[in-house]
Amino acid sequence: MFKLSEQGLAEVKKELSRYEARDSAIIPSLYVAQKENNGFITPEIIRYLSQVMDIPESRINEVFKFYTMFNQQPVGKYHVQVCTNISCALEGGRELAHHICHELGVKYGDVTADGRFTVSKVECLGSCGTAPMMQVNDTYYENLTPETAMNLLRGMK
Amino acid sequence: MAEVKLLTEFYHLPEYQTLAGYKAKGGYETLVKALKMQPQAIIDEVKASGLRGRGGAGFPTGMKWGFLPKNNEPRFLLCNADEGEPGTFKDRMMMERAPHQLIEGMIISAFAIGSNKGYIYVRGEYVYPIECLKKALKEAYDAGLLGKNILGSGFDFDLDVYRGAGAYICGEETGMISSLEGLKGQPKLKPPFPAVQGYLRKPTIVNNVETLAAVTYIVRDGAQAYRKNGTEKSAGTKLFSLSGNVMKPGNYEVPLGYPLMDLIMKEGGGMKPGRRLKAVIPGGSSAPVLTAEEVAKANLDYESLAGLGSMLGSGAVIVMDDSQCMVDMLGVLTHFYAHESCGQCTPCREGTGWLDKILHSILEGRGRLQDIDLLIKIADNMKGKTICALSDAAALPVLSFVTKFRDEFEFYVREGRSKVKGTTYAEMHH
Repeated sequence: MFKLSEQGLAEVKKELSRYEARDSAIIPSLYVAQKENNGFITPEIIRYLSQVMDIPESRINEVFKFYTMFNQQPVGKYHVQVCTNISCALEGGRELAHHICHELGVKYGDVTADGRFTVSKVECLGSCGTAPMMQVNDTYYENLTPETAMNLLRGMK
Repeated sequence: MAEVKLLTEFYHLPEYQTLAGYKAKGGYETLVKALKMQPQAIIDEVKASGLRGRGGAGFPTGMKWGFLPKNNEPRFLLCNADEGEPGTFKDRMMMERAPHQLIEGMIISAFAIGSNKGYIYVRGEYVYPIECLKKALKEAYDAGLLGKNILGSGFDFDLDVYRGAGAYICGEETGMISSLEGLKGQPKLKPPFPAVQGYLRKPTIVNNVETLAAVTYIVRDGAQAYRKNGTEKSAGTKLFSLSGNVMKPGNYEVPLGYPLMDLIMKEGGGMKPGRRLKAVIPGGSSAPVLTAEEVAKANLDYESLAGLGSMLGSGAVIVMDDSQCMVDMLGVLTHFYAHESCGQCTPCREGTGWLDKILHSILEGRGRLQDIDLLIKIADNMKGKTICALSDAAALPVLSFVTKFRDEFEFYVREGRSKVKGTTYAEMHH
């Protein structure tokens, strides 16, 4: 059964008293839970947060489902998000995304057999002047070519 | 004319990120000055400066502040740092290079409008900018620039960062307020406007990062000095995010009214070798596209671009050269808006979905000639019929792309392949 670490639980409690409204703690708490559950959220986690936060499950669930940064499916250790919106598309972002999938032998959204990577195509990440780019977990990698991107990814163990 | 670095003068200095580095260049001196002024005098100065919202809508900032109730009701100041308009990356740079510049602008603005609590709502993907802001906030609190009795003035202001979680719609100010309240980021019907009933139904001002940062310079130099840059109706400087098929993409601060072609050819270093300018989206993906002929006539101010049927928006200038297929590029945009519609209003939820389906049936070789007019008809039916501007933002690119590059769409339908690339969608994208 899912339980937050002591530190995670303390963070959630802190968020609950940080804002004028308790509901404002939902997004930060989902981040805490997602981090402690290897990058994705399950219905069980929503139930758990509902109890810990004393906020109805349906309220947490609607927030969880609305925002794209909360994953509803397992992701690899490295979540590779390639921007394919217009500025990146003009500079080869879609080709980059395709190349990464092809090289890693995986479809968009799936996890590689070794559990290391999930590749997603995402909308604009505000890196338009340094296109094409990818975000791996929390870090931006910019001005990429298919080769430099793969070299970076191969170094992530 | 060339770049005028008012806000970005010291962005090249790594130490400008820190309190010490920022103060070494005169940082927080304007706050000291402002705290000795009458709040109304600051509002009047901002009104006189002609400053308009730099996030996209271009609404006069001083007038927005003026909508607040004239009483002692608690009010909030929110910074919109949910930078998500495709092509825009200026706020990210501002928060990374000069977090204290935003904080100073916010304290001065909060003092002017009488707010004791503010949030900077930053899009969730901006992990590094958030880190920069948090460090700067801690420095500011430790130095007595935030919190109780700021610099002994008797004015209290608390400021916190809130991290979004991935939703373009949260850049819309009432969507952002919903998100900050812990709800789905769905926009709210106006009126009541946020200045009257915003965050938690309290009077709330929402301003963009660049807008709030500019307030400091208006207070420092005075409205008249600020007006020396720009045009009568579009005053001051603005940061433009230049991207796409140019040699030197990046953020450039130029006076409003600057020729669009100069930004591309001078600051941007021009087109890539052997390539010609085909089209430009001048104000983020929601702005109608301009042809090369129109670009030659365009200046980067609100009026010039409106006169050409487009808009200045967030200042994201997206350049396309003659190797680009407009059908293919519009497909990128219809996909984006279908993905980002919050689903609240029927014309937008259904309209964005159908635009994308029809566009992709054309791209995949299943298009009919009447689909081109169908796209226009649907887009026409989406304009001005919804709670927020996302529906219009999705319709405008469709109308402009299809109208101005109709031959490419007709060719694609007839031949099942791109007129420019000569290939099918599957061949273009494996």
